[in-house]
Amino acid sequence: MNKVLLILKREYLTRVKKKSFIVMTILGPILLAALFIVPVYIAEMEGSNKVVGVIDETNIFWHGFKNTDNIQFLKLDTDIETAKKDIENNDLYAVLYIPKTELSVPQSAKLYSTGQPNIVVKGYIKGVMRKEVEALKLQASGVDPNILKSIKTSINLLTIKINKAGEEKQSSTELSMAIGFIGGFIIYIFIFMYGALVMRGVIEEKVNRIVEVIVSSVKPFQLMMGKIVGVALVGLTQFALWVIFTLIIVSGFLSVYSTDISKFKQSQLQMQTENIVPMEDMSQESNVNESVIAVFESIQSINFPVMIGSFLFFFLGGYLLYASLFAAIGAAVDSETDTQQFMLPVTIPLILSLVLAQVIITNPDGPIAFWLSIIPLTSPIIMMIRIPFGVPFIDLFLSFTLLILGFIGSTWIAAKIYRTGILIYGKKVNYQELWKWLKYKN
Amino acid sequence: MSILFEAQDVTKQYAGHKALDKVSISVPEGSIFGLLGPNGAGKTTLIRIINDIIAPDSGKLLFNGKEATSKMVEQIGYLPEERGLYKKMKVGEQALYLAQLKGLSKKEATERLRVWFEKFDITSWWNKKVEELSKGMQQKIQFIVTVVHDPKLLIFDEPFSGFDPINVNLLKDEILKLRDNGATIIFSTHNMESVEELCDHIALIDRSKKILEGRMKEIKDAYKTNSFEIAYKSSGSNLSAVLKNGYEVLTQWQDDDMSRAKIRIKNNDKPNELLKELIPHIEIHSFNEILPSMNEIFIRKVEENKFKN
Repeated sequence: MNKVLLILKREYLTRVKKKSFIVMTILGPILLAALFIVPVYIAEMEGSNKVVGVIDETNIFWHGFKNTDNIQFLKLDTDIETAKKDIENNDLYAVLYIPKTELSVPQSAKLYSTGQPNIVVKGYIKGVMRKEVEALKLQASGVDPNILKSIKTSINLLTIKINKAGEEKQSSTELSMAIGFIGGFIIYIFIFMYGALVMRGVIEEKVNRIVEVIVSSVKPFQLMMGKIVGVALVGLTQFALWVIFTLIIVSGFLSVYSTDISKFKQSQLQMQTENIVPMEDMSQESNVNESVIAVFESIQSINFPVMIGSFLFFFLGGYLLYASLFAAIGAAVDSETDTQQFMLPVTIPLILSLVLAQVIITNPDGPIAFWLSIIPLTSPIIMMIRIPFGVPFIDLFLSFTLLILGFIGSTWIAAKIYRTGILIYGKKVNYQELWKWLKYKN
Repeated sequence: MSILFEAQDVTKQYAGHKALDKVSISVPEGSIFGLLGPNGAGKTTLIRIINDIIAPDSGKLLFNGKEATSKMVEQIGYLPEERGLYKKMKVGEQALYLAQLKGLSKKEATERLRVWFEKFDITSWWNKKVEELSKGMQQKIQFIVTVVHDPKLLIFDEPFSGFDPINVNLLKDEILKLRDNGATIIFSTHNMESVEELCDHIALIDRSKKILEGRMKEIKDAYKTNSFEIAYKSSGSNLSAVLKNGYEVLTQWQDDDMSRAKIRIKNNDKPNELLKELIPHIEIHSFNEILPSMNEIFIRKVEENKFKN
């Protein structure tokens, strides 16, 4: 047992001390945090008031342009050539020129600016113009725009789960989807990255010819398990450091720029709404607030202890199952280029579960979802996707048990291939050969 | 001399072929035991079984007369033919790791490694990465980690491959010193010269069977042909004419100012009888018995075995 610890320690320390590990550990959270921070900065930079001159020869659109927090519209009575000069003199951010034209084809409108115009500004202008044209078209065909407005209804469907005890809980399908998918995806990435790391470790030992020296001191199984568990700890360490660093960076950023955040949120809301329809009535805003509250309520409705517990379980269970198979592949080949033929069948269930994730998300209680979340090769990813939607205890129990049996089984098979493979050099190994190895008794 | 290690009727079957077929060897304590055989004869399989890397299908392994357990592997130092080190690891770190895997405590391992590093004059390598060392240097490290835990039984599989002649001598001296300090050594090689030089016992394995085992001297005696090489000066007398029926002149040649010949005694006559026959006719300068070399015995036995099957 002591020797497995020695192996584990070496596997862990050599990887954690590697430059690539340190770089990835530092770079990962920075990139992740940048995902949060950069949009705020962009919003900040773009936040200054922009004055857009409007030359509306049709006189239809002008009244549609209402000033927003960031964009100010200025009606220009000059001709377009003078207005262009004003841009050059930096008095205007851009000039919108709408020439007199057929109403049905307002294609000739032009936006002049010195640089590439802001997408928010562009989106807003397009939205306003579309709305106006639509309104005119409606009028032309005899529909009162007010009737249309009264028809438009924003529906926010609250889904409420009822459990056996009759308690009601608000839930959000979108949120469950997101959480499930993220959880499943992290497991997928983890299995691939660290499974491959195990495989490369085994190949390295074979190529360096150190493996026979080591198995004269320890059992091949001990070496394999020491490596698998050691690499798992490397993965957990990296994952934990990422979470911690990201939280530190983001929270540090939040405390410094807390005022900007409200702006950021506002600008995000604007980006979402402006691209579709300019915000005009307050009712929509309150709808947004309502749905935000609903999301928060549904976050609370998710059973986090179960969520985190099963995430860790499937994270480790799935890794152990696949890592042993990856170790067996590493033992069967002489170099990484030879791994292809064995990699394919091992990776297919993994890739398949990610591909089928979309189907599962739309029907998390269907038969495909059920079976794939029971079969150990796919369950780590598929069950993770199902869990946020609420899974019957019996399914969860089956999945847990079969995954445990699955990785015991795969480790048993892998160990047999491993102990023979590591001592065989310079031989092209095929599936028939592997089958023979499985039958050797020890 | 007591027997330190014994293999009894060890058999190992792989799909398609038998790697070992009821092979038994007994290695006397304090000996250097040559394990010989052509490529693919089953030597490496036997060595791996001794090291508990693979298990035999049947047969027994005995250490000091007791059945071997996994724990006893710590009493063995094994230098495999296919050997290497982690390239990216530092020399000292790696030596410590391998020594600890053999059951030494960290403190003990450090102390012993220091002694060995000083002996080989390589203390300055401690913090170097293995990949910075030449192949010969790596072999020295490999040798040290094989012997550092002071094993009772040492197994060297082609130990001299990758060494220059100077280091081969250094290594031979160390192997002999280890033997003098009480270690027993199993030595597997194709290099018959070093077998002659080092081994006192040998076993020959061919086609998964042991075909010869014993003290080297006894084997050589058993395979000698009662032939002698002489150097002489003569006044032109023909050896074949001089000798009676009981003798056969194998070859004759002129070497500078000396004539030489190889003569076999056909019956069981003593060498003195031959001398008596020769002395009246020629002036003898040297008279040596021709002992078969291990090389000859090896080839002869393997050839014989080929025809048997």
